[in-house]
Amino acid sequence: MSGALLSAPILSSRGLTKRFGSRIACRDIDFDLWPGEVLGVVGESGSGKTTLLNCLAGRMTPEAGTITYDSATYGPVDVHGLSEARRRLLSRTEWGFVNQDARDGLRMGVSAGANIGERLMAVGARHYGDIRRTAADWLDRVEIEQARLDDRPTTYSGGMRQRLQIARNLVSKPRLVFMDEPTGGLDVSVQARILDLLRGLVGTLNLSAVLVTHDLGVARLLTHRLMVMQGGRVVEDGLTDQVLDDPQDAYTQMLVASILPV
Amino acid sequence: MPALRVSGLTKSFVVHAQGDLALPVLRDVALAVSPGECLALVGPSGSGKSTLLRSLYGNYRPDAGSIRVRHGADWVELVRAEPRTVLDVRRRTLGFVSQFLRVIPRVATIDVVAEPAIRLGMNADEAHRRAEFLLGVLGIPAKLWSLPPATFSGGEQQRVNIARSLSVDYPVLLLDEPTASLDPANRDGVVELIHQRREAGAAIVGIFHDVSVRDALATRIHDVALSGNSVGVHA
Repeated sequence: MSGALLSAPILSSRGLTKRFGSRIACRDIDFDLWPGEVLGVVGESGSGKTTLLNCLAGRMTPEAGTITYDSATYGPVDVHGLSEARRRLLSRTEWGFVNQDARDGLRMGVSAGANIGERLMAVGARHYGDIRRTAADWLDRVEIEQARLDDRPTTYSGGMRQRLQIARNLVSKPRLVFMDEPTGGLDVSVQARILDLLRGLVGTLNLSAVLVTHDLGVARLLTHRLMVMQGGRVVEDGLTDQVLDDPQDAYTQMLVASILPV
Repeated sequence: MPALRVSGLTKSFVVHAQGDLALPVLRDVALAVSPGECLALVGPSGSGKSTLLRSLYGNYRPDAGSIRVRHGADWVELVRAEPRTVLDVRRRTLGFVSQFLRVIPRVATIDVVAEPAIRLGMNADEAHRRAEFLLGVLGIPAKLWSLPPATFSGGEQQRVNIARSLSVDYPVLLLDEPTASLDPANRDGVVELIHQRREAGAAIVGIFHDVSVRDALATRIHDVALSGNSVGVHA
């Protein structure tokens, strides 16, 4: 067996349950995410997938269940048992979070270079010239002209903002990235470019990721494994191509059959 | 010793939208394939050849039975295997040539072909040289290598897909009509490459509608309609 099969999961969820009043958004979710794996969470609006992502990333507190993250610095930690300060530190140094709306993940009032540089400083970079050079290099990697380094993201298009948000999240070389509909709300041609970029970066940086999307095409292109959610529950999971090509659950069959052919 | 062993393989498709209609496709399929053998799956349309092949790749999920693959020094059971186990077997042991290339936008043909070998740790230059060799044998003009295959013709995309599947010397190769829609010259190139792979010790299972291709490659025939039966023929 290869080393990858012997390693420990980077993220584990056991019995995760989250309620909003009497409504259950996530019910008893169990899974393991392995190093280098991209897990897709699919399902329609209201199925609980974004709530699940927010609980995993420590942005919401579940009523029940445990999330364990295998930190490079601290070893296995209970995400919801950490102090707020410690969790914030983790999320700036070992994690990334790509929001659907780039405005939620960027600081709109400072330059693109500062948006990227801030992350580098969080992991200890202090040399101004190095930070600026790395920021420029990352603009290049996400296909934004380096001449735009000193511009604010308010002057960027939607697709450029999303690419900048990706650069800001990946520049500090996180081990685990959470993505919430990273191509939602963008034109199809802009989407293709971002998907291609993400696919390349995930592979070269050997990232582990949890990706929430309602787009099964995005899931097919970017993920290794899928969990299908309906009404807060995982109704089916498996290899991405198994779930999409041989769906077992009635709801998954309906989702797959609803894809418009092109 | 075989490289692939299948026993008791059973698979139905249950269509929930049609009142849980169950369509039985495979029942109690058994077969074994050794290195250097090429097993041709035959049977009328709808008899389950593709379902069997896709089950062997871990793409379809059988209801019962066993698919065991020799993976390095181990035997791995693919039925109900963990996703990461299936992915590891696909990375190193199981190659699959399908009729359709799932095109990734904006990735150059040469990189599409070299990717599986690079992922296995082959040095990028060597992987690119090998990709160029395969694309050359398969008749893809060099001026197209730097372009993404999205705009290529169906036959060209299929040959890019074959080149990609052959960029790694997989010990087990699954072929789903590898020469469908190819002209005779290109078909001969594909047959030659697969023949070389068989001679080098790959265990091959394939669906070949073209009888001359089947005759050129198959060492045995497995009739899917008569489940479990496997008849020897001359190579």
